[in-house]
Amino acid sequence: MSPISRGFHRRHEEAEPAGRVPPGQYVTHDFPVLSAGPTPHTPLANWTFSIEGGSSPASWTWQEFQALPAETVTVDIHCVTRWSKLDTSWTGVSLDVLLDAVSYDAPYVLAFCDGGYTTNLPVADLKGGKAWVAYRYGGNPLQPEHGGPARLLVPHLYFWKSAKWVRGLRLRETDAPGFWEMYGYHMYGDPWKEQRYAGD
Amino acid sequence: MVGPLEDAVLDGNAIGGLLIELFGTEMTAAVGTCGVCGTSGHVAEMAVYRPKLGTVVRCRVCDNVLMVFVEVRGVTCVDLHGLAQLA
Amino acid sequence: MEGTAVRGRLTWQTATVSAVMDETPTVRTLSFEVPDWAGHRAGQHLDIRLTADDGYRAERSYSIASAPGEPVAITVERLDDGEVSPYLTQDVQPGDEIELRGPIGGYFVWDPPADMGPLLLLAGGSGVVPLRAMLRHRARIGSSVPVRLLYSVRRLPDVIYHSELTAEPDGVQVSYTLTRQQPPGWTGYARRVDQAMITELAWPEGQMPLAYVCGPTNFVEAVAADLVALGYPPQRVKTERFGATGTP
Repeated sequence: MSPISRGFHRRHEEAEPAGRVPPGQYVTHDFPVLSAGPTPHTPLANWTFSIEGGSSPASWTWQEFQALPAETVTVDIHCVTRWSKLDTSWTGVSLDVLLDAVSYDAPYVLAFCDGGYTTNLPVADLKGGKAWVAYRYGGNPLQPEHGGPARLLVPHLYFWKSAKWVRGLRLRETDAPGFWEMYGYHMYGDPWKEQRYAGD
Repeated sequence: MVGPLEDAVLDGNAIGGLLIELFGTEMTAAVGTCGVCGTSGHVAEMAVYRPKLGTVVRCRVCDNVLMVFVEVRGVTCVDLHGLAQLA
Repeated sequence: MEGTAVRGRLTWQTATVSAVMDETPTVRTLSFEVPDWAGHRAGQHLDIRLTADDGYRAERSYSIASAPGEPVAITVERLDDGEVSPYLTQDVQPGDEIELRGPIGGYFVWDPPADMGPLLLLAGGSGVVPLRAMLRHRARIGSSVPVRLLYSVRRLPDVIYHSELTAEPDGVQVSYTLTRQQPPGWTGYARRVDQAMITELAWPEGQMPLAYVCGPTNFVEAVAADLVALGYPPQRVKTERFGATGTP
């Protein structure tokens, strides 16, 4: 039985349930940086975003990507490590625009990134105005430590699904676990159902 | 080369306790060989990333993932497949 | 599982804080009585585990500040946005119980007489802690191994163990570099550690020196690279990175 450390308490108290913050989260005003590897620095001249698989794969260079219709959205984000950040502002291209450019009927994707990170998502969770490839945060170009030049933004799922340094999506017939999912994190990751780990 | 994020990268010394817990013995002086580039080095000198979701140990030379440790409900998943050898 | 010490296994045990001492306005040393302590080597560390009354747990690693044979002690720097360091440096009192496990480490250790080469110790901020354990060990065993310590801090009041280091035991040369602010009349180094400074202070490679570098990651990376550039074999440069503790 561990002794209780007299007077010790966690630094962040959980947020009052107000409908805005999922269970088990606290609100932060910082923007914590969590990385599983070194920050990639891909020159924009070499950057592409691709959608692979399906019957008409597509790829955009940075210039082509910047020419796509973009939108600015304000969303709340929720990290599985329990911090939530409210009213974050992002600019990027909706996955509706990107997926409309390809022909496919696959139900899943595996997002892949510079540095080798991957994460899996249902296509349905990328469509309907729910996901973007974001390249600006707070009105400024997305910084490398936060995933710049561009990251996936899927705010209705835990933020590990919003893959930093994203370079594309691989359309798949089956749901294959990405990096963290392979080690026990939830395949879907709905913060409102506290789906942090497999089996939750 | 230096930056705010890079300063947060640790080395294998930081996971000395975790490694004893998992392997039953002191491991920071053990020598690991990267399965991708063949570099050998002490575990203590490997690059350790601890983003709170888990611990990722990488080759200092080629960034290949050497070891991953993730604890879920009190059980630690250990992945060593990036190592060619650990002695 | 806890409390029963099996030789060679590392288990959490409950220690009692026996003393606390402020080294600087933000740095405190805590000494412990540890019932089943197996002894330690200079340079090793221990893990601390705190448990709040709602079951919330936090773990941190701290270098052991005391020499083998002395009561187990750690020196903790208070980080402004920390969760554990404010508690350890301000709230913990003698008599409090704390869980710890150790000693840990078999790489960043100094074990005379196995290695009698001159020592070059390079400390950035709180990286001085394990190096101080090595200095105390050296004094306790009456070793005459020559030592040079280069200690980088922002300002003079940030120097930990200042009076102990100022006493400069025989054969130990201590140099400071104050990277942000220097007192009037300061004639020492006043910049971040660089190749020129290391070249001036490092033992010649031909003397088979052994270097220990400890501090924030960026400090350790830069210093280790400078030593290797000076001709130190990489296996004679031991490193321990403490992660981010603020800008130099």
